Amino acid sequence: MKRLMIAAAVVALTLGSALTGATAQEKLKVGFIYVGPVGDMGWTYQHEVGRRAIQEQFKDKIDTSYLENVNEGPDAERSIEQLVRTGHKLIYTTSFGFMDATAKVAKKYPNVMFEHATGYKRDKNLATYSGRFYEGRYIMGQIAARMSKSGTIGYIGSFPIPEVVSGVNAMMLGAQSVRPDMKVKIIWVNAWYDPGKEAAAARALADQGADVLAQHTDSAAAMQFANERGIFAFGQDSDQIKFGPKAQLTAIVNNWTPYYAERIKLALEGKWATGDVWGGLNSKIVQMAPYTNMPDEVKKLATETEGAISSGTLHPFKCPVLAQDGKPVECKGGTHLDDGQILGMNFYIKGIDDKLPGM
Amino acid sequence: MRLALERRAERSIAMALVSPLIAVALTLATGALLFALLGKPPVEALKIYFFEPLTDPWALQEIAVKATPLVLIAVGLSLCYLANVWNIGAEGQFLIGAITGGWLAVATHGTGAGYWVLPAMLVLGALGGAAYALVPAVFRVRFGASEILTSLMLVYVAELLLDYLVRGPWRDPKGFNFPTTAEFDAVAAMPTLIEGSRLHLGAIIALLVVAWATVMLGRTLKGFEIKLVGAAPRAARFGGFSDKWLTVVTFLISGALAGLAGVIEVSATVNHLQPNISPGYGFTAIIVAFLGRLNPAGILVAALFLALTFIGGESAQISLKVPLDLTKVFQGILLFYVLACDTLILYRFRLLPAPKAVHGIR
Amino acid sequence: MEFVEAVLLTVITASTPLLLAASGELVVERAGVLNLGVEGMMIVGGACGFAGAYLTGSIAIGALCGILAGAALSAVFAAVTLGLAANQVASGLALTILGVGLSGLIGAGYVGQKIDGAGHLYIPYVTDIPLIGKVIFGENAFVYFSIALLIGIWYFLYRTRAGLILRAVGDNHASAHALGYPVLRIRMLAVLFGGACAGLGGAYLPLAYTPFWVSGMTAGRGWIALALVVFASWLPFRLMVGAYLFGGITILQLHAQATGLGIPSQLMSSLPYLATILVLVAISWVRGRRGSPAPASLGLAFVPDR
Repeated sequence: MKRLMIAAAVVALTLGSALTGATAQEKLKVGFIYVGPVGDMGWTYQHEVGRRAIQEQFKDKIDTSYLENVNEGPDAERSIEQLVRTGHKLIYTTSFGFMDATAKVAKKYPNVMFEHATGYKRDKNLATYSGRFYEGRYIMGQIAARMSKSGTIGYIGSFPIPEVVSGVNAMMLGAQSVRPDMKVKIIWVNAWYDPGKEAAAARALADQGADVLAQHTDSAAAMQFANERGIFAFGQDSDQIKFGPKAQLTAIVNNWTPYYAERIKLALEGKWATGDVWGGLNSKIVQMAPYTNMPDEVKKLATETEGAISSGTLHPFKCPVLAQDGKPVECKGGTHLDDGQILGMNFYIKGIDDKLPGM
Repeated sequence: MRLALERRAERSIAMALVSPLIAVALTLATGALLFALLGKPPVEALKIYFFEPLTDPWALQEIAVKATPLVLIAVGLSLCYLANVWNIGAEGQFLIGAITGGWLAVATHGTGAGYWVLPAMLVLGALGGAAYALVPAVFRVRFGASEILTSLMLVYVAELLLDYLVRGPWRDPKGFNFPTTAEFDAVAAMPTLIEGSRLHLGAIIALLVVAWATVMLGRTLKGFEIKLVGAAPRAARFGGFSDKWLTVVTFLISGALAGLAGVIEVSATVNHLQPNISPGYGFTAIIVAFLGRLNPAGILVAALFLALTFIGGESAQISLKVPLDLTKVFQGILLFYVLACDTLILYRFRLLPAPKAVHGIR
Repeated sequence: MEFVEAVLLTVITASTPLLLAASGELVVERAGVLNLGVEGMMIVGGACGFAGAYLTGSIAIGALCGILAGAALSAVFAAVTLGLAANQVASGLALTILGVGLSGLIGAGYVGQKIDGAGHLYIPYVTDIPLIGKVIFGENAFVYFSIALLIGIWYFLYRTRAGLILRAVGDNHASAHALGYPVLRIRMLAVLFGGACAGLGGAYLPLAYTPFWVSGMTAGRGWIALALVVFASWLPFRLMVGAYLFGGITILQLHAQATGLGIPSQLMSSLPYLATILVLVAISWVRGRRGSPAPASLGLAFVPDR
């Protein structure tokens, strides 16, 4: 084993950090580690859509493979290393829970390129990438405020992690910008992925008076229910209009293809370098499904807001952002909250009558 | 004429050795057929699945890493099952062991605590697992509530407790509020056996536990008691053994071993607490316990074998581009073959004329 | 009042898959066989059920596909545990692994497709009665079937000779065999019945509850169904109490969350499990020293001797 390690180190030294030449001629092997099954029709499915698209686009220049349903615990490190040991030179690990395992393997194999989604640990050969999904949620908030009769949004949360919390806040900031007295009811289902439970939560929210549903869970269960109940809903991960032709107002579409294509192009040209891409509407990683089931003036408002966020003239977390107690949150980004504050968000804004569980 | 099973006068030692080979042969045949039907080269596929991991030192070490928690948990479970105690909540005891042991790592993080931390963590993990296993045991002996239900339900409770702790009070203050504790200090990490590999001291502990259980079951009064209560509860009662006390004892031992496995796993492979620390080890270990025929040495073999199928399955996903689901189907078929072939140890097949009174196998 | 009605409706829709699967397993266990593979049979039932309904456009055919798929998978279990006297616990777990894998393969082509879910009963005026109208007269066919099934099982077990024999086989297979009853054949039929019920319970999810297919959509419901059989002390009507209690607390905790109490959601989510444990302990305590209610031959292999 030790000898192998030395051999690996020697190879790394002779190749240097630039991964040019050799890899460009033979097929570049690109590996993906998925946290869910490719059939989840949610988070993992969207990454799989990206993988298939780049395989199609780069045809015989690359060879992609994936491991699905990889547990974020003790198996993660081994699974990533399996990809390395089978010759994969560019590896995507697509869930936050793979962060430490990816960092460990990256350290061990300095001549392999790694990219980890939604984390914050980086290295010479470990880049990170994610989407600014909160941008889309701000637009949803504005639409919800216009479309809701009851003035209450129902929000199905997965787990109270910062990404989800910042999504709730962004949506409420958007809603308040149109209608200051908007309310939100939140249910945590403690799962990313349990259609039955998501449907039950959607029912409970509707029964308590919510008439626009938003979700940060993976399936189309809430959308389908909204369609049946005759209320509105926002899609998650992908365009869910098929499941809610009368209910979907819009959806946040996780669109990884352009990002993957860009990075693979760089790797093939030997220009790959580490970094952090946190792309929003502007980068097309976050896309809005067509605005449907709403009057033209709401559509216009949404399109304008989308344009403003995209061009950078509007920031969803523009200062002052008031915390639940009404005091303004420290404005580290000058005119808006900085990325660190959004990335680690663990408070609700003013106007959310709920306590953040466990925080 | 019909084929029927007939009980052998005694366990066939020859069959005990031959039956796994028959099962493997059947599996290879089925596997070859399956892969051929899918248009994959059958020989190549089987090589990737079963033989390549065995010839690669890295994969061998990973098999041992994967088998370690399975062995620890399954040995404990086998004692329960031998005594006719149905602990199916080892997964929960595993998680609680990780929590109680991991607590010390979190509490001493950054304090420069000495080398006592890891041993203390192991003790705390075992105690935590045992304490958690005591709940269904007490409910069983005191109130008569079925341990199948209580131990299973407590798995979900343990999962949610861990989830709460890592998202709330134990969250890493420097971790951007993501749901993990801080990385364990070096004194809280399980030492590895080979530098640069993941093979860790836990593997040795698992071997020691196997040796202990072998001696305990074969050579001590407690072992005799466990087997007797399971096989002939009435006789055991006449013999003055208390089945209630034994329920508590076997639950405590299996809980302690599952808890130990939990804390070893977090300190060796994950190195912090997070919502996901077990890919279902507590449930997989139930299969391991029975595949190993509730016998410590058998469990060791079964755990290594099952670990091989996990790692071979992973290789197949990468090299043959087959979906995970296919490797699961394959694993399921394989398990059925092994379980079915075990029948040959206790029974033999006989061709019988079919008289009306005999209700045999068709 | 409208709120109570809404909660009741949700509880029933959420509990029905549990009830269907648990009803079958109850019969299986009453015959003395422990099949831990309920989760696997449910998920295969779900995948085949969706495929059937999607291809034919008929929910009924979909349900039938689910039933047949569950029964087919349970036949594998029966062959190994009854035919070859293999260990039931391990075989059941192996069945779950096999079932989860098969469902993924079968369902792969249907991810992202949708169907029109099962319709609800509507009787003019009757269904519109406040409070009870929708709950009693506005459910889908699966719900009515689950209740009819349970009544049927009760009648079978306690009012028919065949049911008596089945219970005898579960309580003491050696005596039943000595009396000339075909122990293995009875057990095999019970296992197939259990598989059919689990398959139907699984098919309920993509046909009636959330009409689309995603892999792993049973999300552990098979395990809860198993626990409910124990909870019910193997009594049919107590199974209904258990299923609705479990479903009820699951739904109520969601409602409690939506009112913004700020209690850790993990604590709320653990309530159904804790409540089930506590109620079982209370029942067992009250029942006192009358011994275990479990069928005496549960989980034991049987090979007829001559």
